[in-house]
Amino acid sequence: MKTLILSGLGANCEKETAHSCRKAGAPRDSVNVIHINELYFGDLELGDYHFLILIGGFLDGDDLGGARACANRFRYRPLPSGGTFLERLEDFVSQGRLVLGICNGFQLLSRLGLLFRDYASEQPAAGQPAAGLHRSGQPEEGQRGSGNDGGRVTLTTNANGRFEDRWVRLRGDGASPCVFTRGIERIELPVRHGEGRMVGEHPGVLSRLVESKLVPLRYCLPDGTPTEEYPGNPNGSPFGIASLCNPQGTVMGLMPHPEAFNHYTNHPRWTRRPPGGQDGETGEDGDGLLLFRNAYAHLRGMGG
Amino acid sequence: MTVHRIEILTAPRHPDPGGSSLLKRILRFSDVPLRELRICAVYSFDGAAIPAGGGLNPSDGELDPEALRTLGEELFADPVLHQTFVNGEALEHAGFDWYVEVGFLPGVTDNVGRTAQESLECRLGRPLNEGHHVHTATGHFLTGALTRGQVEALAEAWLANPLIHQIRVIGKKDLRAGLKTLFRLPRVDLRHPIRVERFSAAGPDALLALSDERVLALSRIEAEAMVEYYARPDVVAARRAEGLGAEATDVELEVIAQTWSEHCKHKIFNAEVVYTDPTGQSETIHSLYKTYIQGATKAVREALGEADWCLSVFKDNAGVVKFDEQWSLVYKVETHNSPSALDPYGGALTGIVGVNRDPFGTGRGAQLIFNTDVFCFASPFHDEPLPPRLLHPRRIYEGVRLGVEHGGNKSGVPTVNGSLTFHEGFLGKPLVFCGTGALMPAEVADRPGHEKWIHPGDRIVMVGGRIGADGIHGATFSSLELSESSPATAVQIGDPIVQKKMFDFLLQARERNLYNAITDNGAGGLSSSVGEMAQLSGGAALHLDWAPVKYPGLQPWEIFISEAQERMTLAVPPEKLEALLALSRRMEVESTDLGEFNDSGMLKAFYKDQVVALLEMDFLHHGVPVMKLEARWRSPEPADPGPLPEGDLTPLLQRLLGRLNICSKETIVRQYDHEVQGASVVKPLTGAEDDGPSDAAVLRPVLDSRRGVAVAHGICPRYSELDTYHMAACAVDEAVRSIVATGGDPDRIAGLDNFCWCDPVPSPTNPDAEYKMAQLVRAVRAVHDVAVAYGVPLISGKDSMKNDYVHAGKRISIPPTLLFSALGIVEDIGRVVTMDLKAPGDRVYLVGRTRAELGASELLAELGLRGGNVPTVETAGALKSYRALHRAILAETVRSAHDCSDGGLAVALAESAFAGGYGMALELGDLAAAEGLDPTTLLFSETPSRLVVSVPEPRREAFEETMRAIPCHLLGVVTAEPRLVIHDTGAPGSNLWINASLAELKRSWQHTLKDL
Repeated sequence: MKTLILSGLGANCEKETAHSCRKAGAPRDSVNVIHINELYFGDLELGDYHFLILIGGFLDGDDLGGARACANRFRYRPLPSGGTFLERLEDFVSQGRLVLGICNGFQLLSRLGLLFRDYASEQPAAGQPAAGLHRSGQPEEGQRGSGNDGGRVTLTTNANGRFEDRWVRLRGDGASPCVFTRGIERIELPVRHGEGRMVGEHPGVLSRLVESKLVPLRYCLPDGTPTEEYPGNPNGSPFGIASLCNPQGTVMGLMPHPEAFNHYTNHPRWTRRPPGGQDGETGEDGDGLLLFRNAYAHLRGMGG
Repeated sequence: MTVHRIEILTAPRHPDPGGSSLLKRILRFSDVPLRELRICAVYSFDGAAIPAGGGLNPSDGELDPEALRTLGEELFADPVLHQTFVNGEALEHAGFDWYVEVGFLPGVTDNVGRTAQESLECRLGRPLNEGHHVHTATGHFLTGALTRGQVEALAEAWLANPLIHQIRVIGKKDLRAGLKTLFRLPRVDLRHPIRVERFSAAGPDALLALSDERVLALSRIEAEAMVEYYARPDVVAARRAEGLGAEATDVELEVIAQTWSEHCKHKIFNAEVVYTDPTGQSETIHSLYKTYIQGATKAVREALGEADWCLSVFKDNAGVVKFDEQWSLVYKVETHNSPSALDPYGGALTGIVGVNRDPFGTGRGAQLIFNTDVFCFASPFHDEPLPPRLLHPRRIYEGVRLGVEHGGNKSGVPTVNGSLTFHEGFLGKPLVFCGTGALMPAEVADRPGHEKWIHPGDRIVMVGGRIGADGIHGATFSSLELSESSPATAVQIGDPIVQKKMFDFLLQARERNLYNAITDNGAGGLSSSVGEMAQLSGGAALHLDWAPVKYPGLQPWEIFISEAQERMTLAVPPEKLEALLALSRRMEVESTDLGEFNDSGMLKAFYKDQVVALLEMDFLHHGVPVMKLEARWRSPEPADPGPLPEGDLTPLLQRLLGRLNICSKETIVRQYDHEVQGASVVKPLTGAEDDGPSDAAVLRPVLDSRRGVAVAHGICPRYSELDTYHMAACAVDEAVRSIVATGGDPDRIAGLDNFCWCDPVPSPTNPDAEYKMAQLVRAVRAVHDVAVAYGVPLISGKDSMKNDYVHAGKRISIPPTLLFSALGIVEDIGRVVTMDLKAPGDRVYLVGRTRAELGASELLAELGLRGGNVPTVETAGALKSYRALHRAILAETVRSAHDCSDGGLAVALAESAFAGGYGMALELGDLAAAEGLDPTTLLFSETPSRLVVSVPEPRREAFEETMRAIPCHLLGVVTAEPRLVIHDTGAPGSNLWINASLAELKRSWQHTLKDL
């Protein structure tokens, strides 16, 4: 059961992500932090791993938009052993291995098309995502309607045009197939991004993703109502979409940073409340570790 | 040359948040008929850049437009959001009245262009043809009935900086002439011959004329020292043996000027100063730096004895102290004022990535764990005409903020502490302080991690970016005042990603023990890094033509002193050179062998095997003559500020809360990532709604440990108006008390002193230089006195002495400013306290005495009054308070603690209350009587060393017992009702001093900078 964390070229959360994996039950010496260049100059075999984490940061400075230049690299730059890293990743995903993309890693998954194929059209629609939603005014043009056309989605500049660091409340979708968010009803995590607003290519695609249970976490108000309103929703993402998963639930991307809530003292209001996280395992853990625990529980269940 | 362009536009059905937020800011501050603004990204390159065999096969350097469009779609456009156009089509397609394209001037670093080029090369499977690059620009489509003149003014004020950008303004009409001819590529074309110039060093006048011409900032005594050196018979003989004549080469002149610059040599801090006090009594001080700064640390370390925790101070790029048995802490704070005045974005970005290299280049390297930023600006709402060359303070605010956002966030280093200080004197030069802390292994390869050494024969290896004409004369330029003719080449633009790649490589190289010493290439470039490192071995010989350059045509002297960014210099044992270079190739970082360190006693530079510089190490590093300066102090005339407002002081408190120096800085703070690395314990914003102002940041740098580090600072330039001694003493005290307020150990605090002064060297335009020098003497003495009294070792510091702007004989000077940065050890992060009230029923105390010290206070500034007593630090009492409070915090009797600073007690109370979401019912009449103060003075006096503390009722006795011998006064109680209510006494009908809802107070505090 081995975990691979790709670092370097502007990805920068490797230290706390590896720490979170170890705290969450990764076997001793099974978490490897490896520089992306080792793909092109070394003998890194993705097939040796069971869990890949694409971490937060600013790959290539986000110079062409969040993670875009690295997506270009993974799509076009040949590996020494032939083929591209995107092809390896697609194999990895099709084998049911776990991929978690956090923030910049979520953007990377999105640019690589690993999350945003038109899953919605493969799923029967159910539910009303806009019901019970905290929204003032009409949805943006381009997201309106409920047509049956699918299409791609992307992450782009926050509605207020700014990078922001703030803690948000998130609501889990209990019916989502997502491996990482099992049992999570509510969780608070920090966001730190300038490009986290989700946009659909065609009207209706985002609501269908929510209906299809492929949105495991949504920004919500203190009472749990999903929200589109700043600052509870930091970027203006429709329906409060903060994350997406594939229909198998094995690939997840999210804008908030679970690895930055690795200890109870990371919480912004910890001095105002008693110590301990939701699962209370050690009393010191932060709730962000829950996502990693779920990943290792799943892998153990698979005999990985 | 055929320009090929790819233009990426957001499709009209999607919003363009970048464009709309820019539009909003423009309309807020200027009255122009601008209705819409949309932004497009432009990537361009020469057709001749495309390599053969890349699948594109241009014919005669012309690419098929459809192939170009496909490239744009594949590499740069988002399929959901964007439309891709080529070769100017975007202008035909988009609706607009004016199009403004902002690209870079030739030679200015284009970070996005570099990344775009990498992507293009990935796609093509091969590099672009030699000498070609992808260039980027930003297009702005403006809609509105604007004149060309209005558009041009708007472009310079909001969209571009003419110092680094080229601007093209295109109206609808211009399109008729055809698109082809409208755009050019910013290619550097240096066609001059490479040569080494020689100059007579026979007399000082010629050298001084040269100094003016070449921005060398040499003084007459320095020119005389050079004349003397070049005339020495042994020097003449040594030069002759190397084929050099008696004349100095341009390379030598430039190296000497860089090494001897105020920026590098701190000549003012090392000067011989005659200080005369108002009674006419004089004393001579031999080096302020040695006497007071080094002197303080020496005294503190001696007093600490066994408990001394300093590991490396005053000898490396940053100070090093002990964290625990396995780890050491490294900290450095720098200023980047002059470049930020010219190009706020590039200047500040380079400031942060530049200071990142200091701790990284300390010992054998350290991992960066936090950044700090302190900015001093004039009011962003300044509405008077500006002198030439000065940018509007709002522009500086915006640019600096963005520069540090990019520099800090993209480096993966959390920005944990900082502040904004406003004063009209910062119109002439903004101050941009950037600090970086790092974690260093206590041992690397069986030797202390903070040690470095060089053996003769070690190779000189330059790592990182290439050398260009950017950043030439940064060190000498910052040693001069800003004027209309300040050079553009002094501005560099850093690239945090290129630097991150270099750091990733260097950390691996350190792990493999591949080098003996490392230092950064900052001010003075290679001349300074190699020159300084060579002191460890006793000499160096390097080949300037071996250094990688961005483009041909650089002169040898330019290569030697360029401050092009993202470069470090290593000393590599020859047997490890191949391994180092191999690792470097694998990590795609450029490393180049430039020569060797030796023990020849000389710094020797070659260009194509010709010796172009030969300088004695001793002369270079110790030959600069000691400056002699007069300092003449005059005490401020005591003055009574006059009658103060009385009665209900609520409206006054509201006004103070909205003042620039007090109000919330949340919009800026949120734009900095303050929790990457997952170690954050106390964030810059805290409280029930995460928006109260924390006193210090606390981090858990080793994630498996409960040991923490607290980071804080003090800065109070306003007090310089009265007495810089107290300005500096208050700054040191503020830093220390902020750490204590958060739970740091007062006996484990280390400090860094950064002095930013106005020029204390006399000249015709600087008649009161002697007073400024006296101000400096007093400030440095205060740092010494308070540091020694508190037992705070000074571990690093820096000074920047020329923060003036001169135009037409008129001088705008900054107020003398000390930034005192502190780091403290927190034994157990579980016991830190934050500043927000926690629970109704808790008791509220004021720790520390209050005196009538309203001099230069925020209150008097708000009222437009002058005079009053300057706040003073009484160190003995303060230290006792801090130690007792720390014991009370460790005993968990304290639920919140907040330091009183700008705006005094009333502001501290209001902040604690609205941050916690609970009110207070207080009675201050007794305290006022005990201190002999009227209500207004008690509430707004800025006496330092005071803290507002809340204590749970059940722990009250224990708390009071701990604080028994300390001035500590019970003020009242925390209430569930969200109001701040302050009465004279508890008696019915007692006078009401303050009565305000927390919502009102918070609104006043948050309103001022909300939209910036």
